[in-house]
Amino acid sequence: MVLGTYKEALSARSTDKQIQKISQDGGIVSALLSFALDEKIIDGAVVSGPGKDMWKPEPMVAMSSDEILAAAGTKYTFSPNVFMLKQAARQYGLEKIGTVAIPCQTMGIRKMQSYPFGVRFVADKIALLLGIYCMENFPFASLQTFISEKMGVSPELVEKMDIGKGKFWIYTADDELSIPLKETHGYEQSGCKVCLDYVAELADLSTGSVGSPDGWSTVLTRTDAGENVFKLAVDAGLIETKPMADVKPGLGLLEKLAKDKKTKNQKTIDERIAMGLPVPYKASTEKEDPLANY
Amino acid sequence: MLARIKKFLGMEAKPAEEKEVPMEEKKVASNEEVEKVAEEKPKPRIGYIHLSGCTGDVMSLTENYDILAPLLTEMVDIVYGQTLVDRWDIPEMDIALVEGSVCLQDEHSLHELKEVREKAGLVVAYGSCAATGCFTRYSRGGQQAQPAHESFVPIADVVKVDLAIPGCPPSPEIIAKTVVAVLNGDMDYLQPMMDLVGYTEACGCDLQLKVVNQALCIACGTCAMACQTRALDMTNGRPELNEDRCVKCGICYTQCPRSWWPMERIKKDTGL
Repeated sequence: MVLGTYKEALSARSTDKQIQKISQDGGIVSALLSFALDEKIIDGAVVSGPGKDMWKPEPMVAMSSDEILAAAGTKYTFSPNVFMLKQAARQYGLEKIGTVAIPCQTMGIRKMQSYPFGVRFVADKIALLLGIYCMENFPFASLQTFISEKMGVSPELVEKMDIGKGKFWIYTADDELSIPLKETHGYEQSGCKVCLDYVAELADLSTGSVGSPDGWSTVLTRTDAGENVFKLAVDAGLIETKPMADVKPGLGLLEKLAKDKKTKNQKTIDERIAMGLPVPYKASTEKEDPLANY
Repeated sequence: MLARIKKFLGMEAKPAEEKEVPMEEKKVASNEEVEKVAEEKPKPRIGYIHLSGCTGDVMSLTENYDILAPLLTEMVDIVYGQTLVDRWDIPEMDIALVEGSVCLQDEHSLHELKEVREKAGLVVAYGSCAATGCFTRYSRGGQQAQPAHESFVPIADVVKVDLAIPGCPPSPEIIAKTVVAVLNGDMDYLQPMMDLVGYTEACGCDLQLKVVNQALCIACGTCAMACQTRALDMTNGRPELNEDRCVKCGICYTQCPRSWWPMERIKKDTGL
């Protein structure tokens, strides 16, 4: 299963005009976290909030819908959100924590839940884990390089960034610029090159733009917790959905990208193992399913 | 070692005829069997050995309020332990939980540890002092009561250890999960703890040496969350160690998703 275990795949978007305006694609994460907060499914959410530097996010605990919306939109650089989970439990005293995580963060959280060696009373407080699709992540200095040096724009002027149609895009107040992704390759962090997960396979629900039309997101519900909150939000009219079969480019593209990432990175894993370098995954020759995340 | 643990837990291959029993009969039979086994099979005898540690580990054990009473009364027999059992000589036991590192200048501790090794089926380095030395690694002697006591080492430096459960202290949950796994003979769950036996030279710099330098770090922040002394911060997406605060417990590296990756267990736990 190249997309991991999931219950249902749908194309969806938030019906809230404000979320539609500021969110990356369908605004699923913003809509679900706000909804879960309002419905007391979660007490607060660990999100990637705005940091001191423009476009350099910091993990934060959002306690209101406004704070969640302030953190909307994709940031293409590090925000070590898992770091903040303990603070959410300890300093904020949250009993039910929601969070949004890229695949590697999802892996850190799930490992902590299965083997909480030194992490006291945090594992059971993760009430909602929303995953977002991720091909790779960039150090902040890499982003500065694309934007300032390659595109000639001051990062402060950038209102939105996006990756799509084989390009890295930036939008300023009166302009939209792009560079081909082949110019950004080589600037991603190397830890991403052994990652076998594109679609946050271990999240309660995963979402991202790939597979759906502009302004919509592809949603994979995975666990009961993820399915439950999604259905409630749909029933409440906060999220509208379309069957995946009715939208273009469709699930096939998502499967292709997930497979490409796994195939490419499994090759890197094999090369590392051949060099005697440590890597926590198996060589392709040892695996039953070459696309499995182990 | 695996064979020893399996033997201890009674996990040798089951008789083949079991498969041929029809379901209905088997159900009845197995219910009876369970009762019979519960009566016949003695509860695991557990000893708690306290060497050079701060008692935090046993405090963490007692935080399992929900299961502690049935655990102590119904599931296991505590046969040895300061404050727990009125007994001076070390009896034969199935599992020895050893808290604390061993002081090489303390003849009594060395002797006790060696005797425990002889009398226990499984020796568990319980908590980071026993597993990695933890903060006792920084001892240099000269303290008033015992000026000559200067070297405190993980117990695996002196005796053979079967399982290591790091943590300063280990979380109450991992203790409960481990006890349940031992009682169920769930060797898959215990495997990482067997693998951690060799990890005795822990240090916050492991992240730099074994993760960042090895091009594995992905800026998830799990290490900084796990750090029990706030010795780790995340700077530009990488763990940054404050050596003054690091106690060498090894939790940051143990908890990192790029040090070892228990996918099968996670799938089992999440149903994904």
